[in-house]
Amino acid sequence: MSYLIDAVYFLTAAIFIIGLKQMSSPVTAHRGIVWAGIAMVIASLATFGAPQISLEVTSINLQLMLVAIAAGSTVAYISAKRVAMTDMPQMIAMYNGMGGGAAAAIAAVELVKLSSGAESHGLTIQILAVLGAVIGAVSFSGSAVAFAKLQGIMKKTLRLPMHQIINIGLFIAVIVYGYLVATGTPSFEHVLIFFVLALVLGVMVTLPIGGADMPVVISLFNALTGLAVAFEGFVLNNAAMIIAGTVVGSSGTLLTQLMAKAMNRPISNVLFSSFGSDGGAAAEEEIEGSMKEIQANDAAIMMAYGQKVIIVPGYGMAVAQAQHKLKEMGDLLEARGVEVKYAIHPVAGRMPGHMNVLLAEAGVDYDNILDLEEINPEFPTADVALVIGANDVVNPVARSNPDSPIYGMPILDADKAQNVIVIKRGKGAGFSGIENHLFYADNTRMLYGDGQKAVAELIAGIKALS
Amino acid sequence: MIEGLPALYIFMLSAFTGYEVISRVPVILHTPLMSGSNFIHGIVLVGAMIVMGSAEGALELTIGFIAVAMAAGNAVGGYVATVRMLEMFQHKPKNEGASS
Repeated sequence: MSYLIDAVYFLTAAIFIIGLKQMSSPVTAHRGIVWAGIAMVIASLATFGAPQISLEVTSINLQLMLVAIAAGSTVAYISAKRVAMTDMPQMIAMYNGMGGGAAAAIAAVELVKLSSGAESHGLTIQILAVLGAVIGAVSFSGSAVAFAKLQGIMKKTLRLPMHQIINIGLFIAVIVYGYLVATGTPSFEHVLIFFVLALVLGVMVTLPIGGADMPVVISLFNALTGLAVAFEGFVLNNAAMIIAGTVVGSSGTLLTQLMAKAMNRPISNVLFSSFGSDGGAAAEEEIEGSMKEIQANDAAIMMAYGQKVIIVPGYGMAVAQAQHKLKEMGDLLEARGVEVKYAIHPVAGRMPGHMNVLLAEAGVDYDNILDLEEINPEFPTADVALVIGANDVVNPVARSNPDSPIYGMPILDADKAQNVIVIKRGKGAGFSGIENHLFYADNTRMLYGDGQKAVAELIAGIKALS
Repeated sequence: MIEGLPALYIFMLSAFTGYEVISRVPVILHTPLMSGSNFIHGIVLVGAMIVMGSAEGALELTIGFIAVAMAAGNAVGGYVATVRMLEMFQHKPKNEGASS
């Protein structure tokens, strides 16, 4: 029986890797996740046959386990089905946090067992259990904060005086208690303090990080959860957990690096300095010109009689759910012979590829959705760059002002288009709190209003022309 | 038992595998892929079940219950979210790709 279960775990690990590979191409991606899903179901079913689990119907462990699986699955299923595409990033953060919490809880059970006198499996195993516990707990509480921030439950970036010093102190305390717990027979109090400290550390690390950096943070926590799962896999001697966890850990790290690179912010900067809360004010310089407003009708004419329009969507489009209207407007313009393209900054929105998903949802052909490197040479030939709900990713100070916190970040060169139309809710600064010089440029016109409404007005304006 | 040097080998090779598998992903798939890898570490469910199955006493059972519920949430939520995102790429008409 146990050979059979091992064989199932072996196959599961292999299918997960194949599934991930398939998920990295648009053609096979759907097949990849379905395969991985089937493997997951089979692995879970096989685990009921594991020697540690009693299949007696009267076993309270088994009964409660079924209740736990049903409860967790139902809540997750309903929430994942109901959530709007725009809110996907925080849901991923939440599910990821659950995984981290589960890994930490596995370690907790093992450590509680040790504290009540169970036989140790050796120092290495205890150290791995503790490492997985720290990483899992940090990922759990950190993801919870990320969720709260993106969901708008927690609006401000909180920063205590001497925040980093407190964090370093916490980190050292976690190591000390981790050492106490990992070596020898831990006392129950030490285990408890250890977990509380690790959870607080996750919260404290995530609190000062601004919303603009959240994609990097979520991706990092995703990688961390993978690592925690792998460590607990060593503790439980489970090959499927080790391999799947490690693969996610390394691929997640790579993905995090790609994102941080796109923002030109080393991961250490994201974690240890808060975006826009201090650097922004110091880097302020005089802005020449003023913001010039435009009416929707005029903007519609500008686009309808142009040759080429490049649309630059940002998080504001996601909030306003304007992607369907945008697609409708694009179709109208194309029917008039205008070339319409979409320019996607790698970190537009709250996750990499967030905009791609939303535009795909609206039915935009992905041949017309272009990356930063592909689209930037095209801006000078565009009659209109329509910026909708994007801010920092088109801010020219990233090129010009070395004092700006976003200096050096690759941006979309929307300012190089003949005309720039910016759809924006109000006159305030963007998520990072940095003033956007693009809005004051001579060739820029501001179209104030909610994204969806503004685009609807543009559509009406274009229709009125024919 | 997986321990000692073989354990280290498994760890190293898996790490390189993960790195290689992801390295050529188009930006368009980054979010679904993050969600997909989020689903894959839902395999923690297997570990949570084993731990809960061997739990003794109320405290261990409670922590085990939390572990299983959260792990199931990770797996199911991660799967549904990923499928929902990927389905959007599916309904696309595939007739224009070559010419434009």
